[in-house]
Amino acid sequence: MRKLHQFHGGIHPPTNKAQSNQTPIVQANLPSKLTIPLHQHVGNSAVPAVEIGQHVLKGQLIGCAEGNLSSSVHASTSGMIAAIDKQLVANSSGLPELCITLIPDGRDEWIELDPCLDWLECTHSELRLKLRKAGVVGLGGAVFPSDMKLHASQQKIKTLVLNGAECEPYITCDDLLMRERAAEILEGAQIMRALLSTEEILIGIEDNKPEAISAMRAAVLEGKYQGIEVIAVPTVYPGGGAKQLIRVLTGIEVAAGVRSTNLGVQCFNVGTAYSTWRAIRFGEPLISRIVTVTGNVSHPQNFEVLIGTPMDELVAHAAPLNGTRYYIMGGPMMGVPMPSMQVGVIKATNCIIAASKEIFPPAQPALPCIRCTRCADACPAELQPQELYWFAKAKNFDKAEDYHLFDCIECGACSYVCPSNIPLVQYYRFAKSEIWAQEANQKAADTARERHEFRESRIEREKREKAEKLAAKEKAASAAKTQRTEQPPTLVKTDVNPEDTLQLKIQTAIDHAKEQAAAIKPLNTEQLTPAQQAQIDEIEAQRARIREMALAPVADHTKG
Amino acid sequence: MPGFFSPFITKPVSVSQIMLNVMLALIPGIAIYVWYFGPAILISLTLASLTALSVEALMLKIQNKPIAPFLKDNTALLTAWLLALSIPPLAPWWLVVVGTAFAISISKHLYGGLGNNPFNPAMIGYAVLIISFPVHMTHWLSPNGLGAISLSFMDQLNYIFQGTLPAGVKLDAITMATPLDTLKTQLHLNGQVKEILDMPIYGRLAGHGSEWVAAGFLLGGIYLIAKRIISWHLPVAYLTTLFIIAGIFHLIDPTHYVTPMFHLFSGAAMIGAFFILTDPVTSPTTPKGKWLFAFGAGLLTYLIRTFGGFPDGMAFATLLMNICVPLIDAYTQPKVFGKKEKRS
Ligand code: SF4
Ligand code: SF4
Repeated sequence: MRKLHQFHGGIHPPTNKAQSNQTPIVQANLPSKLTIPLHQHVGNSAVPAVEIGQHVLKGQLIGCAEGNLSSSVHASTSGMIAAIDKQLVANSSGLPELCITLIPDGRDEWIELDPCLDWLECTHSELRLKLRKAGVVGLGGAVFPSDMKLHASQQKIKTLVLNGAECEPYITCDDLLMRERAAEILEGAQIMRALLSTEEILIGIEDNKPEAISAMRAAVLEGKYQGIEVIAVPTVYPGGGAKQLIRVLTGIEVAAGVRSTNLGVQCFNVGTAYSTWRAIRFGEPLISRIVTVTGNVSHPQNFEVLIGTPMDELVAHAAPLNGTRYYIMGGPMMGVPMPSMQVGVIKATNCIIAASKEIFPPAQPALPCIRCTRCADACPAELQPQELYWFAKAKNFDKAEDYHLFDCIECGACSYVCPSNIPLVQYYRFAKSEIWAQEANQKAADTARERHEFRESRIEREKREKAEKLAAKEKAASAAKTQRTEQPPTLVKTDVNPEDTLQLKIQTAIDHAKEQAAAIKPLNTEQLTPAQQAQIDEIEAQRARIREMALAPVADHTKG
Repeated sequence: MPGFFSPFITKPVSVSQIMLNVMLALIPGIAIYVWYFGPAILISLTLASLTALSVEALMLKIQNKPIAPFLKDNTALLTAWLLALSIPPLAPWWLVVVGTAFAISISKHLYGGLGNNPFNPAMIGYAVLIISFPVHMTHWLSPNGLGAISLSFMDQLNYIFQGTLPAGVKLDAITMATPLDTLKTQLHLNGQVKEILDMPIYGRLAGHGSEWVAAGFLLGGIYLIAKRIISWHLPVAYLTTLFIIAGIFHLIDPTHYVTPMFHLFSGAAMIGAFFILTDPVTSPTTPKGKWLFAFGAGLLTYLIRTFGGFPDGMAFATLLMNICVPLIDAYTQPKVFGKKEKRS
């Protein structure tokens, strides 16, 4: 038996999983239309690769990855591109984003795929490229482009953690996936292991999923895998948070702003491993995923759903009941209320809960904090939520940062236990967004100054550049004339070199200035992960609302 | 969907339930109190409760705060009970009313109301009374069977509200000093611990009757810990500190210093450990801070009891430690996840 570690705090909310995990995964019907956002992942939005009116095949690229940190988007079925415009999407801000609307032709006709019978014959960069082209992103909720996480680093990565914990109440999509497709998950994990050159694979599954645990164990035995261990971890929320699961399985604590790979661990969701396998072996892009539909419906269950399927059409398969007020994407602890019931399912959609008054009764009015520290006892990040609350409320953001605001993972455990019903996490989101806004302002000011400072020298430089370029060209031309037969390739190079070095110098200068500006900024936010950075925009939109709430909570009249 | 945000579920526990549970846990101690000292304490409890609720409502109204949610939180009632339990049951009615009114209005609401008062309101009420009305605060009822005369419930009522005793009965005949007080006085008169404890007001461990009341509070405290209403750290640290210090002194000179058990089961030590120090609003929030706080309170209780001017030190020890809470909290902030000294 492997020695398991504990993390501080955690809570035991009712799991409510039995409703939806009794029946197998069902293929959802083809919907009447698909609304596919171009920005479903962390990083840059994809850019449209199709035109309105164009006919596309299932699996055809419709959005190109843009830049390093980005991901591709594909047509989930064959049909006609009906629109490329801004629509409401499955995000918390309620801000419309660029989407491609696809009207299915009903034939569900695949584009020609590029399967790979033996991935061992591929180089690592080929594999990564395939994943990138297939739009594989983390399916546990973070939607980070997987190819970016699958680099071996200088630091030896000893452990690959596969996250099948699924600690949030109501959600059972990973549970069912592991029960039904264990072998394929393991195959995907093998590819990941090769890319990361890790020794061991630890698969953490909460012990309230015995069927999934035995299915995975059976698959490990059957496939005669070495160095893969399926481990039952205690059921405690948020035990499925990457940091918490890594801690439980390995004892390693990954602090906020630290990369787990620097400590020798990388973590992926089991669903991501499955998609990795499909993408490599069959060349299938990520165009569908398993979604739990539960809550105020009479047949809660799991569906295999095409990305872009309107949520209400999906929920219709589960026989919805009256009284649903809105949908939650994700679980009740960290889920996001949907701005509309028609938004399309995205790669991050693990669960849709139809929320009614009965299932999620409206919050009681908040009372003042009585300093009972139930929140601190529950906090997996080992923070003092009651202090953070106090500082956030008083808008004492410096203090909030001193008390590690940015180590908060927004798991909601503190809000859950608070006897005064204080929406603590909302206050932290508010504080974080305020700090980000301040920093954005600061950055804008810095940029302006930077621009001004470089203005003069740029004019100078441009003059010089032109002159040098001209000189170089003339030189190259005359050299080419005399030595044409001898070394043509190097000649082309001399044509470019002076320019490059100059650019490099300028860039170094700018970088240096930036570093200096960054050095004055608070440490905590310097280490924003791309995920956090991506949240900024979303949170920005919420700010006004939260601020209002923070200033005038119902029955809360404490000072500050 | 504006107006909704995660988490969408909450644990069904409210401030009101927590306080109610704490009050429930006081009941065994109160029952034993009635058994040994008669029902007068029930009158003080009622009086204090009514006063607390009306003053709380009045203060909320003056400050334009919503009345219903705060009245329902049961915190004022708990303060009232704790204060009533630290006042002699036969004290005149106005003493209870003045003490409670002061506790709720000044030490709770003037400092910002629920969650903001730096000092334990019940202990402030007690401190004000013992300084302003020292005589009234030391006339404790003798346990049943010990006093020269026992009063009937009607007689007790009469005395509390009208200050009249049945003809021929003197106040001295029905009241006495507390066991801690008696001990102090007798030691002053150069008595020896062993002889003093042979006096009839002492029982097995401490005061006759009052030791059982303390045991009742201990029982209630264990209930609170078992129900996870309070954590064990504060009470255990406090009682252990008191025990160890008393033990050291007792070992050095048993003729002068009573046993550690005497200290644990005397005065307000038990009720203080489980019901007063554990008031969340006025105690530290960090784990280390809680240990420090309880240690300080235990030390001060012993010092005040043994060398100070008051018979019991619990109330002042609590108040003195309350002052230190912001400082303790600020200097004992725990290390957060992944940022401890040593990475495992
Ligand atoms: S749980 Fe709520 S009332 Fe208790 S300390 Fe935390 S914020 Fe305050
Ligand atoms: S939301 Fe933040 S402060 Fe609250 S328990 Fe989770 S990590 Fe701790």
